[in-house]
Amino acid sequence: MVDANAPSGSLGASAPSASQGLSFQNLILTLQDYWSRQGCVILQPYDLEVGAGTLHPATVLRALGPKSWKAAYVQPSRRPGDGRYGENPNRLQHYYQYQVILKPNPKDMQALYLGSLAAIGLDPTLHDMRFVEDDWENPTVGAWGLGWEVWCDGMEVSQYTYFQQVAGMDVDPVAGELTYGLERLAMYVQGVDNVYDLRFNDDGASYGDVFLENERQFSAFNFEVADVETLKRQFEDMVAQVSRILEHRGPQGQRLALPAYDHVLKASHLFNLMDARGAIAVAERQSYIGRIRDLCKATAAAWVE
Amino acid sequence: MPQLLLELFSEEIPARMQAQAGRDLERMARERLAEAGFLPEAVKSFAGPRRLTLVIEGLPAAQPDRTEERKGPKVGAPQAALDGFLRSTGLTQDQLTEQGGVYFALSAKPGRPTPEVIAEMVPAIIRAFPWPKSMKWGTGSLRWVRPLQRILCVFDGEVVPFEIEGIVSGDMTEGHRFMGSRAPFRARHFEAYAAGLEANFVVLDPEERKARILEGARTLCFARSVELVDDQGLLDEVAGLAEWPTPILGDMDPAFLDLPPEVIRTSMRTHQKYFAVRDPKTGGLAPNFLVVSNIEARDGGHLVSIGNARVLSARLNDARFFWDEDRKTPLQTRLEKLKSVTFHAKLGTLYQRAERISALAGQIAELIGADKAQAERAGLLAKADLTCGMVGEFPELQGLMGGYYARQQGEPDAIADAIRDHYKPQGPADSVPTAPVSVAVALAEKLDTLVGFFAIDEKPTGSKDPYALRRAALGVIRLISDNSLSIDLSKIAAGHAKASFAVSAPDTSLIAFVMDRLGVSLRDQGYRHDFVQAAFRSAALDQIDLGQMIGRVEALTGFLKTDDGANLLSGFNRAASILAAETKKGGAAMVGQPVQIAGAPAEETALLEAWAAIEPRVDEALSTDDYTSAMSALAGLRAPVDGFFDKVFVNDPDPALRDNRLLLLTAVRDTMQRVADFSLING
Repeated sequence: MVDANAPSGSLGASAPSASQGLSFQNLILTLQDYWSRQGCVILQPYDLEVGAGTLHPATVLRALGPKSWKAAYVQPSRRPGDGRYGENPNRLQHYYQYQVILKPNPKDMQALYLGSLAAIGLDPTLHDMRFVEDDWENPTVGAWGLGWEVWCDGMEVSQYTYFQQVAGMDVDPVAGELTYGLERLAMYVQGVDNVYDLRFNDDGASYGDVFLENERQFSAFNFEVADVETLKRQFEDMVAQVSRILEHRGPQGQRLALPAYDHVLKASHLFNLMDARGAIAVAERQSYIGRIRDLCKATAAAWVE
Repeated sequence: MPQLLLELFSEEIPARMQAQAGRDLERMARERLAEAGFLPEAVKSFAGPRRLTLVIEGLPAAQPDRTEERKGPKVGAPQAALDGFLRSTGLTQDQLTEQGGVYFALSAKPGRPTPEVIAEMVPAIIRAFPWPKSMKWGTGSLRWVRPLQRILCVFDGEVVPFEIEGIVSGDMTEGHRFMGSRAPFRARHFEAYAAGLEANFVVLDPEERKARILEGARTLCFARSVELVDDQGLLDEVAGLAEWPTPILGDMDPAFLDLPPEVIRTSMRTHQKYFAVRDPKTGGLAPNFLVVSNIEARDGGHLVSIGNARVLSARLNDARFFWDEDRKTPLQTRLEKLKSVTFHAKLGTLYQRAERISALAGQIAELIGADKAQAERAGLLAKADLTCGMVGEFPELQGLMGGYYARQQGEPDAIADAIRDHYKPQGPADSVPTAPVSVAVALAEKLDTLVGFFAIDEKPTGSKDPYALRRAALGVIRLISDNSLSIDLSKIAAGHAKASFAVSAPDTSLIAFVMDRLGVSLRDQGYRHDFVQAAFRSAALDQIDLGQMIGRVEALTGFLKTDDGANLLSGFNRAASILAAETKKGGAAMVGQPVQIAGAPAEETALLEAWAAIEPRVDEALSTDDYTSAMSALAGLRAPVDGFFDKVFVNDPDPALRDNRLLLLTAVRDTMQRVADFSLING
């Protein structure tokens, strides 16, 4: 039992404050360095709009099949419906996730993960770290796994999942996936309450300097300007493309799963944009999600071949 | 006698699964030990965030010796059969025993050393463990709730050796993740194990974790003159999230206290797993929260407290944003938005549902003496809060927020309360609305659900009840019975089906379903199932008043408890079995009225007269649904029926006398059957 309000001589010495803690970019560099030392391939972000770091082919597709794979990367996540015109201190339509995939998951994966938190300055003897049940599921890619939300002093800082299925297929060996919400983690480490106040580097640039204008413009586009008819047409085009691409074979006779998957991602983003515009009726929603899932399944099946 | 200590150490087990896992481990061990012939003195399990522990006291060093009995051929069976049996048992004929004309081979089976049995038992339990959800990890194929890291298994101070999927049993365990030695330690006995855990900041027993949380939390609250808001469900959960539970009382910005208290509590509970804290002077919430940390931090919990306070502020800022935004749009305006929200593909939009509920609530209001216009208005607005930001964030606040927003925009209390309570009762423990307008709207909401899904043939089957129709039916039952309403449910349902779902053909399946739920509910209250069935059987499904049905069960139960009732029941059974036997024989056609026959025994005449007198009384009682009177009328049959069976021989050689007596029994039986189906009552 602890009375948090009791005076204590050591208080403040290690409290996060605006003058302490890693800058946003140093936080990323630290994670890159840490996971690089664990033998991960350090990838660059995928060059398409995705709603979550998991959707990067390095995770979704590489989770399947028998091959071992260790990778880590930063991935911008686009969630058009989460835009708030730069006016909400916690919500963004574009933000960063740090993604780690270890297949098969090592026996000491939890310890490795906690090591990464220590590397960015979160001391588990000062902060309350918990693994709180959270079963992950992504119906659009037919994937699920068991794991936790990781809490630091009541704040969710990561998602930790043992992938069991992707695209309806068993993940064997099992892949362990870590997703860090980078802005949130940085806010915690730096002790700021508004994402735009984050120190981006140690030379005076703030997160707001870099991204506030993007949030304003894209919020306006996502909610007001994006043309629904065009989006619908493009969505149908992408769907048609996936089927067409999967009919073709590459120089070694392989199915063209990777280009097909790019088009699945595009279709998925187009759906998210239509959704943000309020153009998806509740009744249509399941049907759209079902179509994307089917494309994803077909693509994943082609990949496993 | 020796002790078995087993610990299954894994990555973090979901809090909600721990208690059941502890019980399952205990049960499976008991069952398997019993199969092996063991009767341990004590079996106890402990479940926590990272470990399931089992301690068994009083196991012998070896399994008891047992005699195995194998059944062979009959004495006198062909020699070939006997030879085969001897070959398979390795015995000679003089070693067999005979019992009831059959050969048996008895063989002594010496007991195996206990560790051998345990070494087979534990892997079998692990493989068969009934986790609600389990997973694989790494390259293995074993399933557990989360990766299983370590198995400690010692019997009488020695490791019980076995291996499962590369995990080798041993005598090592570890304590808290971040406190204590943070190194594995050896434990060869429960006392050493428990002491080692305590020294390494693990409270093994979940009950003790809960007690420490409560005690610590109350002490902290007392020191600040506030009170903990008790929450058993939350206590169970947080006790499953910490091995070294450490309550911390944190501060919340008092400015948040202008939010509805339910919003603050829900946000604290669902997102953050914090207890709310009350100010005993005002009875309202205090500007504090109580979080149960898993560490005693080096700085006394200062950073943990600040961090949690900051997260709560962000959460409550979100809630305030919703509260402010939501109130900018009147509920009436929100109705428009319901037009684009599908309730169910075949049942239209939420707007259509709101219109249906409104109309139905108005009709019910007229029947139960509530204000019709208010019920219609509340019914129309009841679903509008589903488009609010707050309900989007906290679905469990549906209804409640609508009530707040309705009051804010100046709706009368009766309407705001009806909106707030229209989902009630949501379960057996939930309260039932009593205000007339609230009752009308709550009934309409549930009946629209029931009538709608039955109209599109989406009825619950077996364990499948995706639209929670059983709960809706129970809600209807409780609203009617707790408020002693007298309404013709069949008529209301049929009217709604016709008006709203274009169902014109009479369909009694919904009413049968509600009656079935009523039966279950009455049984849960302690009424005998066969009495319920008997009372229900004679009901006409096209005009059911649930209140009357409950009255019937009560009257029948009361009647059968009396001497008259119990005796009349045995008379009824006797009559029914005589009549059944006659029908089987295909004898006389038992049609017509019994008549007074000259020279008949006095007892026959007495029964005939009693029946003739009672029949119209039963008629009259039933026509006014007065079951208590119908029962007391039947009570008058008891003495004449007893007398009749005492003195009168039904199967008289004279067919005229016999047939008339059979007709008399038929008449008595049928009169009784009109009140309740006595043939369904056991004994």
